Amino acid sequence: MSATAASEPVLEIEGLRVAFRARRSAVTALRDVGVALGAGRTLALVGESGSGKSVTSLSVMGLLPRNGAVEAGRILYRRRDGTRVDLARLDETRFRAIRGREIAMIFQEPMSSLNPLFTVGDQIGEMLLLHTDLDARARRRRVIEMLELVEIPAAASRMNAYPHELSGGMRQRVMIALALVCEPALLIADEPTTALDVTIQAQILDLMRRLQRELRMAILFITHDMGVVAEMADDVAVMYAGAVVEAAPVATLFARPSHPYTRGLLATIPRPGRPRGERLVPIPGSVPALSAMPPGCAFAPRCPIAVEACREPVALAPLEGDHRVACHLAHAHETVAAHG
Amino acid sequence: MAEPLLQIRDLTKTFVTPRGTVRAVDRVSFDIPRGSITGLVGESGSGKTTLGRTLLRLVEPTSGHTIFDGTDLNALDAAGMRRMRRRMQIIFQDPVSSLNPRLTVGAIVAEGLVAHGIGTARERRERVAALLEEVGLSPDHMSRFPHEFSGGQRQRIGIARALALEPDFIVADESVSALDVSIQAQVLNLLLDLRARRDLTMLFIAHDLSVVEYLCDQTVVMYLGRVVEVGPSRDLYTAPAHPYTRALVSAIPVPEPGGAGARTILRGDIPSPLSPPSGCVFRTRCPIAADVCAEDPPVAVRAGPDHIAYCKKIEAAHDLV
Ligand SMILES: Nc1ncnc2c1ncn2[C@@H]1O[C@H](COP(=O)(O)OP(=O)(O)O)[C@@H](O)[C@H]1O
Ligand SMILES: Nc1ncnc2c1ncn2[C@@H]1O[C@H](COP(=O)(O)OP(=O)(O)O)[C@@H](O)[C@H]1O
Ligand code: SF4
Ligand SMILES: [Mg+2]
Ligand SMILES: [Mg+2]
Repeated sequence: MSATAASEPVLEIEGLRVAFRARRSAVTALRDVGVALGAGRTLALVGESGSGKSVTSLSVMGLLPRNGAVEAGRILYRRRDGTRVDLARLDETRFRAIRGREIAMIFQEPMSSLNPLFTVGDQIGEMLLLHTDLDARARRRRVIEMLELVEIPAAASRMNAYPHELSGGMRQRVMIALALVCEPALLIADEPTTALDVTIQAQILDLMRRLQRELRMAILFITHDMGVVAEMADDVAVMYAGAVVEAAPVATLFARPSHPYTRGLLATIPRPGRPRGERLVPIPGSVPALSAMPPGCAFAPRCPIAVEACREPVALAPLEGDHRVACHLAHAHETVAAHG
Repeated sequence: MAEPLLQIRDLTKTFVTPRGTVRAVDRVSFDIPRGSITGLVGESGSGKTTLGRTLLRLVEPTSGHTIFDGTDLNALDAAGMRRMRRRMQIIFQDPVSSLNPRLTVGAIVAEGLVAHGIGTARERRERVAALLEEVGLSPDHMSRFPHEFSGGQRQRIGIARALALEPDFIVADESVSALDVSIQAQVLNLLLDLRARRDLTMLFIAHDLSVVEYLCDQTVVMYLGRVVEVGPSRDLYTAPAHPYTRALVSAIPVPEPGGAGARTILRGDIPSPLSPPSGCVFRTRCPIAADVCAEDPPVAVRAGPDHIAYCKKIEAAHDLV
């Protein structure tokens, strides 16, 4: 673990701030987001809806909606040739050489990447036409190879199907094939299994793990499901209200969750096998609106252990090794220990 | 044992569509014990919503019966059904957006009271205020509009509305499925409190088996319109008898790194409901299917106390015990 952590990350986001203009005012959707993703590893971004997971991924892809902009920070991506570029400041022409080719993305809803008017074979072929110099025959062979790679039965005939002729799970596979056809170094997966039934989710997660091993790509895996995190991630960043509140290797995060929000999140999950009648402990209240963020720690109004100091802003800071937490009390604890 | 509140017998609902006939609910039978919460799980399209509506006779069944507290609902005339309807309510998946957006929360919650001519306007207001408090909202919310509320609050509004007529039985269709986990836990605990306080019986429809295991005493598993297994939630989770339930349980991601055990990954997708497989509907994805499974549908086999499954291979397993 330390060997890969020491090697240079593929993706390093530093101090990312993203704002959206609304009719009269502006809202800050990401505040000082910082995460790092090592080559061939999986970093999970986990958090409830509205916490800023999709905005983070769209920032990396350079696909923020028109009313949104990166206001501060860097998104450093290490290219295949070893050079580093700041995706937050890359012009669109240069971005096109990276997007889809080195960095690809899959979504919850496959139809957001698939065109209903073309066969799935044509769509994958189009990617090859755009990004490679393969001739028509080689492209056709590669399309079939890709569909087989994602375990679509009877690939040679299925390539002639239109997206609507396929089941939900099958469409998800086609979207993955489309994303992986150029063998990207970085795959961004934004809740790719959230809309699927659990038995189909198991198939897709299994497939993604296999493809990651074979293609040695790094995955930024976005989910709201702590079970999926435990299963897929090497490292985890927990997001709340537009900021990373805790980041750690997956085993550390589950063994020693140190932010009250992370602890709360883990306590709200129904876990089979708990003693009958033992109740879940919900987190009281709800996530604040972007336009009404509390001034200090954004979690303070819902936090069971908040104190006066929590009204002051708090940044993500190292706790121990790769474990970082943005909580006044997590660090206060440490200071006490250090002095005592 | 006391008589169950509901006895569902061979309930079937068929839809005729331009593309063919769908047996959305196919010869379903099970009991819902008084005061219990029964969970209904299955992949999307397995017939959960249709079953929930058909057993309340919100949708007329093609055949079969629901016996509610000793009365066969399907033998009642319109007036009899109308009287009975007060005792059973349904909370729809998105209880609020399916309603007129110009209605206030107060009007939404009071709708059943008005329809059944219960109380004066003032009494109804008091009732609504008390109901909102009971579900964790404020009486001040009465004059606001549903779109001003978050997903969790909307579920609470739907629950208050369902409680207004003091029903004995509630069907909750995917009431927590769209909610974030922290909010989901709030609503689950509310349902547990209400059950204890009001002695409610509930059918809780969900696709998350962990949620059902937490909330429900008994669980019913559906696949392609058929019930494949019914049993105490804990038993069904720890010792699933049917191969489909086993796959369902093993597919659940465990929130514990390295916690997922050996997994049965089902191949393929759910077959089209327009042409379900012969015999056992699960056989095209079943890891242990044999030739007999294509012949005729499996009959109920006892897998434990109050625990049955529909699978041809279980009997064999039980002979060994
Ligand atoms: N185009 C937009 N205009 C204004 N606000 C937006 C826009 N897109 C996203 N947001 C806001 O940014 C916040 C984070 O959203 P998002 O990243 O989509 O959350 P999630 O963690 O659920 O993926 C939310 O409060 C959302 O409302
Ligand atoms: N009104 C209808 N007309 C035709 N088919 C329907 C209708 N309602 C449901 N179905 C079909 O019945 C099956 C079961 O649907 P449903 O009860 O909604 O399942 P679930 O709630 O488990 O997702 C599906 O194949 C669905 O397409
Ligand atoms: S009856 Fe046969 S096909 Fe159906 S679940 Fe049992 S073993 Fe599998
Ligand atoms: Mg999102
Ligand atoms: Mg449904």
